Amino acid sequence: MHDVSPKGASLPTEPLLRAVAISKRYGDFLANDRIDLDLYPAEIHALLGENGAGKSTLVKVMYGLIQPSEGELYWSGQKIVLAGPSDARALGIGMVFQHFSLFENLTVAENVALGLPASESFAAISQRLAEMSRMYGLPLDPRREVWRLSVGERQRIEIVRALMQNPRLLILDEPTAVLTPQEADQLFVVLERLKGEGRAILYISHKLDEVKRLCDTATILRGGKKIATCNPRLETAASLARMMVGADIGEVRAASGHGPSSPRLVIRELSLEPDDPHGTRLENVSLEVRGGEVVGIAGVAGNGQDELFAALSGERLVPSGGAIVIDGRAAGRLGVTDRRRLGAAFVPEERLGHGTAPRMRLSENVLLTGHAASGMVKHGFVDKAATLAVVDRTTASFDVRKAKRDPEAASLSGGNLQKFVVGREILREPGVLVVSQPTWGVDAGAAAVIRQALIDLAARGSAVLVISQDLDELAEIAGRVAVMFHGRLSPPLDAAEATRQRLGLLMGGASTAAPAAEPEASHAVGA
Amino acid sequence: MQLVLERRAERSTIAAIASPLIAIALTLITMSVLFAILGKNPIAALGVYFIEPLTDAYSLEEIAVKATPLVLIGVGLSFCYIANVWNIGAEGQFLAGAVTGSWLAVHTNGMGVGHWVLPAMLLLGALGGALYALIPAICKVRFGASEILTSLMLVYVADLGMDYLVRGPWRDPHGLNFPTTAEFDPVATVPTLIDGSRLHAGAIVALLVVMLATVVLGRTIMGFEIRLIGAAPKAARFSGFNADKLVLLTFAISGALAGLAGIIEVAGPVGHLQPGISPGYGFTAIIVAFLGRLNPVGILIAGLFLALTFIGGESAQISMKIPLDLTKVFQGILLFFVLACDSLIVFRIRILNPFWKPVHANA
Amino acid sequence: MLEAIILSVIAASTPLLLAAAGELVVERSGVLNLGVEGMMIMGAACGFAGAYVSGSTLVGAFCGALAGVALSSIFALLTQGLAVNQVATGLALTILGVGLSGLIGAGFVGDRIDPVPQLNLPFLTGIPGIGRIVFGQDAFVYVSIALVIGIWLFLYRTRAGLVLRAVGDNQTSAHALGYPVLRIRVLAIFFGGACAGLAGAFLPLAYTPFFIPGMTAGRGWIALALVVFASWRPGRLVAGAYLFGAVTILQLHAQALGLGIPSQLMSSLPYLATVIVLVLISRARSTAGSAAPASLGMVFVPDR
Repeated sequence: MHDVSPKGASLPTEPLLRAVAISKRYGDFLANDRIDLDLYPAEIHALLGENGAGKSTLVKVMYGLIQPSEGELYWSGQKIVLAGPSDARALGIGMVFQHFSLFENLTVAENVALGLPASESFAAISQRLAEMSRMYGLPLDPRREVWRLSVGERQRIEIVRALMQNPRLLILDEPTAVLTPQEADQLFVVLERLKGEGRAILYISHKLDEVKRLCDTATILRGGKKIATCNPRLETAASLARMMVGADIGEVRAASGHGPSSPRLVIRELSLEPDDPHGTRLENVSLEVRGGEVVGIAGVAGNGQDELFAALSGERLVPSGGAIVIDGRAAGRLGVTDRRRLGAAFVPEERLGHGTAPRMRLSENVLLTGHAASGMVKHGFVDKAATLAVVDRTTASFDVRKAKRDPEAASLSGGNLQKFVVGREILREPGVLVVSQPTWGVDAGAAAVIRQALIDLAARGSAVLVISQDLDELAEIAGRVAVMFHGRLSPPLDAAEATRQRLGLLMGGASTAAPAAEPEASHAVGA
Repeated sequence: MQLVLERRAERSTIAAIASPLIAIALTLITMSVLFAILGKNPIAALGVYFIEPLTDAYSLEEIAVKATPLVLIGVGLSFCYIANVWNIGAEGQFLAGAVTGSWLAVHTNGMGVGHWVLPAMLLLGALGGALYALIPAICKVRFGASEILTSLMLVYVADLGMDYLVRGPWRDPHGLNFPTTAEFDPVATVPTLIDGSRLHAGAIVALLVVMLATVVLGRTIMGFEIRLIGAAPKAARFSGFNADKLVLLTFAISGALAGLAGIIEVAGPVGHLQPGISPGYGFTAIIVAFLGRLNPVGILIAGLFLALTFIGGESAQISMKIPLDLTKVFQGILLFFVLACDSLIVFRIRILNPFWKPVHANA
Repeated sequence: MLEAIILSVIAASTPLLLAAAGELVVERSGVLNLGVEGMMIMGAACGFAGAYVSGSTLVGAFCGALAGVALSSIFALLTQGLAVNQVATGLALTILGVGLSGLIGAGFVGDRIDPVPQLNLPFLTGIPGIGRIVFGQDAFVYVSIALVIGIWLFLYRTRAGLVLRAVGDNQTSAHALGYPVLRIRVLAIFFGGACAGLAGAFLPLAYTPFFIPGMTAGRGWIALALVVFASWRPGRLVAGAYLFGAVTILQLHAQALGLGIPSQLMSSLPYLATVIVLVLISRARSTAGSAAPASLGMVFVPDR
C-alpha cells in the first residue's frame, strides 16, 4: 500500500512534477523569476537558497496556495491547474510547512482531520493516525490538545497528516529549523524510508551539510531566479554557498583586543513562573557574561528563551531583585526603562510588532528604546529633529537600505529592518546587550553585518548575550555556549568543547543536571 | 472574477485626504435615495439639512452649542480609541459629571455664594466623570473584563441613578412636582458669550481642549505612549510603557472630558438637572471621534458637521415632516462609509481574473 | 404563583438566549459583532411590521430574522470584505439599527396584533404546575432550546463545525489548509444576524403584543456579555440566559412588593449583575487560561 513506484520500473525519464517558467509578482517585487524545476520519484531533491530567495513562494505555488503570475505545472506529463491545496492533495502532493498550520486548542486527531478530505469519518481518521504514527516511528496521542505538545511533536502531526494522504510527492519547508540535531537524524531516517517507497521528496533548506548528507539533487535559487541544479554530494559547502549567495561572503573577523574582564551581566538562580499557561517555567537559571565576550544560549524554540528574554529585559519583573545584576546593580525589580538607564539594551526575536511598531515611522521607532536616555525627549516633549538624526546615524552606520528618509518600519525588508533594530541599540553603546535570534529570516549580507557588529561591540568591552537556534551562528561568534532546555540552563561550554554533537544532546535534554525522562514519551501512542 | 484586498507597502496619503470626502459624498447620495423613498424632494431635503442652518446667525449659534459636548466627549474618546481601549460608556460618564457638578449647585442654591462655585462645579464634573470611567478601567486592568460591556452597562446605571436623584432627593420643592432640580443660581451658570444668545463659554473650553489634545498627542512622549500601545502593544511593553497605567489614564481623561461636557451642558444651555439632558451625546460622540479620524482637529470639524445635521434634522422635521430618526440613520450610514473608505488607505483593491481578459491556465 | 414567575422568567430569557446563541457561533468563527442590539431592534420593528401587515406572526418572525440578516450583511461586507475594524463597525451597526428601526416602527406605534399562539396539547398542557411550563410555550421558546442543541451538535459533532472552530482558533492555519476563512465567517455572521433578528421579533410578537421604539432596552448588549459568561460553550449559555432572565423578573417583583428600595436601583440590577458576572468570569479565567477563540476580533486578509 505504501510503495508508490510502478513494479519493476527503473528511474523513469518522465518527471513526476515539472514546473516550467514559474514567475510570481507582488506589485513591483518579483518573488519568483521564470523558474524551471523537475522532481522525480524516489529522489530527495533539495531547494537551496538563503532567506528571501523565493523558495517558500515557489513551493506554495506547487501546493496551490498561491497562483503563479506566469508559467505552468505538469504532473506525470499532464498540465495541471491548482485552484487550491485540496487540488494538490487530491493529486498526491503533500506539504509540511515551516510554520505549522496547527490549531492550539484542538486535539491531535482534530488537527489531522482538518488536513484531510471530509469524506473520511473522524473515527476512521483517529484509527489510521494511530497506525501511521506507530509505523513510521512518529509517536502521537490523538486526544491530546496541541498546545501541550513540544515543537518536535507538533512537527510530527504535520508529517503524519501529510503522509495519511499517501502522497507521491512530499514537500518539507525547512523542517530541521526547530529540531535538535538528534531529532533531525530521526527525521532523515523517516525520509530515507519514504524515498525507498518510491515517493519524491522536495526538501527546502539553507543548511548545507544537511543537504549534502541527505539529498540526491539540489536546485539553487537566488533573488527569485534559479541559478543551477547540481549534485550536492559532488560540491563543497563553499561552492554551494557561493551559488546561494552570489559572492564570497566575508568571514566574520574574530574579535581582537583585550580578553574578557569582569562580569557585567550576572544571572543568579533565576526562577520565574510563566504568565501564560502555555509558557515555560524558568528554573534556577544562572549565567555570567563578562565585558568583552559574546556568550551564546542555544536551544530549540519553546524551552524558555522567550521567558528568559522577558525577565532579562524587564518586561517581566522577577521576585528576587538580586537574580539579575547589571554592572553591579540589582535589576530584577527594575522596569525596562530603568534597565536601559543602567546601560543595558535588548533586541527581541520578533522585529515587527515587538522590536518595532510596524506602521510607525523609523523616527518614532527610535523613540521606542531611546526615550529614556538619549536626549530625544525634553520636558515631556519629543524633539523630532533629534529622532531623525538618530535614524540617519543608524542608517549610515549599518547600511540600512530604504526607499525614503523616514519610512514605516513595515516597508523595510527583513534584513534591513533587523540591521536597523540591532543598530539602534548598538549606537547607544550599551554595556550589556541581550539579543534573541539576531539573524532569523535575514539574508546573508545583512546577517554578516549584524554578527560583525555584535563581535565589535564585545571587543569594545561590552557584555553580549546571544540567544539563538542557529548553531552555526553561535559557532561563529560565541566564545562560550550554554543550552536552554525545559526552562533550565546548562553550564556554559567553551567554544572548543561546544561541538554540534554535544550541544545537540543538551538541546534534547540529555544532561546530568536535566530532569528525568522526557515527559512526551510517557503518553505517546506507538512510542 | 474576484475582488481581493492587498495590503499597501505604506499608508496612502492621497487616500487619507480623499476618504472622508468620498464618504460624505456617498452618504449624501444614499440619503437622497432615502428621501425619495419617503416621498420627499431630495434636493430640497438636503438643502434643509445642510445649507439652511448655515444661513442665519441663530442656527449657527445652535450648531456651536450642540457641537460643544460632541467635541469635548469626542476628543476624550479619541485618547481611548487610539490606545485600542474601547470606552463605550461616555454617555454614562457625561451623566456622572452632570450629577457631581450639579450636586454643588443644588446644595448651594439660593445661599448667595461667590463666583468660585462655577469653576468648582466644572472641576467636580470632570472628577465625577473620571471616577465613573475608572470603574470599567479597573475591571479591565485588575480582572481582565471587557471594557466594552462594562462601560456600556454603566450607562444604564448612570441614567437610572440620575433619574432617581432628580425625582427624589434633588427635586425642586417649588417645582410643581416636575422631575427637575431648581434652576441654578446665576453664579452657578456658564456665562454666555453674546447677550441674548445660547452660545456659551463652553465653546471656548472645547476649542482649548482641541488645541491641548493636538499638542499632547502629536508632540509629547505621553501622546507617543498612547499611540504606541494602540498600534503595537508588545512593542509598547518592550518600550517600558505600562499598559495598565495607560488604560487607566486614557479612561480617566475620557471620563473627565465627558463629565466636563455634562456639567457644562447642564449649567449652560439647560440651567438645571433633569432626565434626558443628553439626547445621546455620548453615543453620537463615538461617531464624531471616528469621523474625525481620532484626530483632535478632525473631531472639531466632525463635531460641527454632525451638530449641523442635528439642527438640520430638527428643522426638516418641522418644515418637511421628515422624522427625526432619519438623522440617526444618516449618522450610522456616514460612519459606515467613513470606515469603508478608510480601508483604502491601508489596502488597495485588486481585480483577479477580470471578465474582460481571456482566462489562461495559471493566471 | 411560582408557576407564573417561572413562566415570566422563561419569557424574559428567551430573547437573550436566541441572540446570544447566534453571537456565540459568530464569535466561535473569530468575529466580534457588537451590532447585536441594532440587529435585535430592527428585528423587533420589521417583525412587528411584517406581522401587522400580513396578519401572521410566522411571517412576522421571518421578517424579523431577515432584517437581522440584511443588517448583518453590511457588517460582513465591511469587516470581511474591506478588513475594517470590527469594534467600530459593530457600533456603527447598532447606531444605524436603532435609527432605522425608529423610522420603520414609527408608523406602527399603537397598533396591536394577536400574539404568537402558545402550544396547547390536550392532556399535557393541563398538568398542574409544570404543564404550561413544559408544554404550553410558544414557538420561540422551543426554537431557542432546539437552536442551542443544534448549535452544540454542529460545533462538536460535525466536520463543518470543527472547521468553524478551527477558523476561530487560528485563521492563518485554516487558510493555509485551504479553508475559505472569509466565506465561513460571512456565513456565521448571517446566522448570527438571523438569530438576533428573531430574538428581537420575539419582543413585539410574543412578549408584549405591540411595538415601542427602543424596546430592546440593552438586551443585545446583555446577550454579548452572556457569550463571555458562557465561555463560548452552548450549554452554559442556557444557564446564563435563564440566570439573567431571573434577575430581570425578580427585580420587577421586588419592586412590586414595595420594599422601599428605589425602583431605579432595582431596575439597574440586571445591568449591575452583568458587570459583576463579567468581572468574576474574567478573573476565574485568567488563572485557567483563556477560553476565547484565539482569532476573536482579528482582521483577516488572505495573501495570494
